Amino acid sequence: MNIHGLSRGWVRPLHRLLLAFPISLFTFALFTDIAYLKTAEIQWTNFSAWLITGALVFGGIAGVFSIADFILGARRPGSRRTLIHLVALVLAWVLGLLNAFKHSQDAWSSVGVFGLTLSVLCTLLVLVAGWIAYSARETF
Amino acid sequence: MKKTLLAAGAATTLMSLALASCGNSSDPKLNQTGAAPDLPRINETLVPAMKISPPAGWNGETPTVPQGFTVSAFATDLKIPRQMLILPNGDVLVAEGRGGHAPRLRPKDVIAGFIKKQGNTRIKGGNRITLLRDADNDGLPELRSVLVENLDAPYGLAYVDGYLYVAEQGALTRFAFQPGQTGIATPGERVTALPSRINHHWTKSLTVSADGTRFYVGIGSNSNVGERGLAVEEERAVVWEIDRATGARRTIATGIRNPTALAIEPTTGLVWSVVNERDELGPQLVPDYLTQVRDGAFYGWPYSYWGQNLDPRVRPQKADMVAKAVKPDYALGSHVAALGLDFARNGGFGGQYADGAFIGMHGSWNRQDPSGYKVAWVSFSGGRPVARPVDFVSGFLKDGEARGRPVGVAFDPSKRILLVADDLSNTVWRIAPSR
Repeated sequence: MNIHGLSRGWVRPLHRLLLAFPISLFTFALFTDIAYLKTAEIQWTNFSAWLITGALVFGGIAGVFSIADFILGARRPGSRRTLIHLVALVLAWVLGLLNAFKHSQDAWSSVGVFGLTLSVLCTLLVLVAGWIAYSARETF
Repeated sequence: MKKTLLAAGAATTLMSLALASCGNSSDPKLNQTGAAPDLPRINETLVPAMKISPPAGWNGETPTVPQGFTVSAFATDLKIPRQMLILPNGDVLVAEGRGGHAPRLRPKDVIAGFIKKQGNTRIKGGNRITLLRDADNDGLPELRSVLVENLDAPYGLAYVDGYLYVAEQGALTRFAFQPGQTGIATPGERVTALPSRINHHWTKSLTVSADGTRFYVGIGSNSNVGERGLAVEEERAVVWEIDRATGARRTIATGIRNPTALAIEPTTGLVWSVVNERDELGPQLVPDYLTQVRDGAFYGWPYSYWGQNLDPRVRPQKADMVAKAVKPDYALGSHVAALGLDFARNGGFGGQYADGAFIGMHGSWNRQDPSGYKVAWVSFSGGRPVARPVDFVSGFLKDGEARGRPVGVAFDPSKRILLVADDLSNTVWRIAPSR
């Protein structure tokens, strides 16, 4: 992934590094949600709440890089991939924020069907965003 | 393609924001007091309604009392006054402090804790008991002294037969004490340990049976509705009976979420409690209540509320427990946060205030339209509540700001005064009939 106009050596690795966090944290929140729904053991949903919060923090910073990438690189060929990446990441973040609120409810309501659905969507979207970002060569 | 994607993104964002917005307003037509309160449908919102009434000073003003009564500040500059006790000689004891050591388990605990702090006093709790003496009953105590310090969040108080009993957040402690004393030098003696792990609800309420042989201690739950796991709820949300002679204890009521004040109904000698119910089911769920503490009764928490109304947040569900949940006697309104209870005795204030209970309501945070923030009066007849609650002391809320928040109430039948502890302005208010 190349951030046009910001193509200093540290930008690309930092962007990718940041992106790795929501990819793994949203995914693990899905696992801990499933664990909670299977066991009703409260600690699993506590884990989910922190994992989602972490995903939002790092995913938010990664999103700023992605937005800069989209704006500064919009006229380059292949920017449709940049757009798909950006929309997937932003959607994952917005749904993740909803999910953070969902996980602030008490006990079973902190996950339930709605929380699990959000966790699945966040995981899928962030995997799409990551796939595009990591498969990019010079530009995407 | 681009436009479609962008539009989809924007639509989802907007929808999400709408979904996350705060809960519905309450319906003023619902009757939420008395023996059969109207209970609306559960209305959980993604962001719990949090309406903090920001603290404001009294600026020389006082609360509002009914015609024929006067109100004045009996003591000021206290350090978080909670419950009070009037001794046989008329001296007033005030327990001051703040407890609880619940860890923050989720990001929510950090955020909600910060927000709720905005509605509370910034003073550090005194962890002490202050004695106030107004022997000539002119409303101005001629003596004020710190009776005992370095306590661990003292709350419930009782005096029996040469001993002052203090319900600290982790133990029932007694001090050798004779009314008239203004200081206690001898160390306290532990009567019995009280459940204190986590102490999400830390206040330990206390009263003593009319004959002085048994104590009743109220022990609140360790969570709103089991979100810290049910393992930490062992001997929580219960009322204990403790034998004064032996210290032996027995759990007489369970599922009673947070019994914040206990008192003996004077005509029957039965134990009554005000109880704070659960949050985050909507602005009008669940009503806090006043109830006789029935021996052996299960009041539903956490599995159900007001009898058999299932709380969907608790898993695994327990149908057998829900089936045996009893309805409390009398609803006080949702989120009013009843923290004070005392009965009028020996004719009370006379007239419509002769027989009944004063109830201190700390006030809500979990609804957009504030409730509570007053002292209510509930008339009794034959040892049972008979009418809708009426405001006895109000005016704690003004223009959306909280000037005070009532906690403990204490009626003194010999002086015919009512004292109200206010833990926001750190004042004890005195209400007396006008002369």
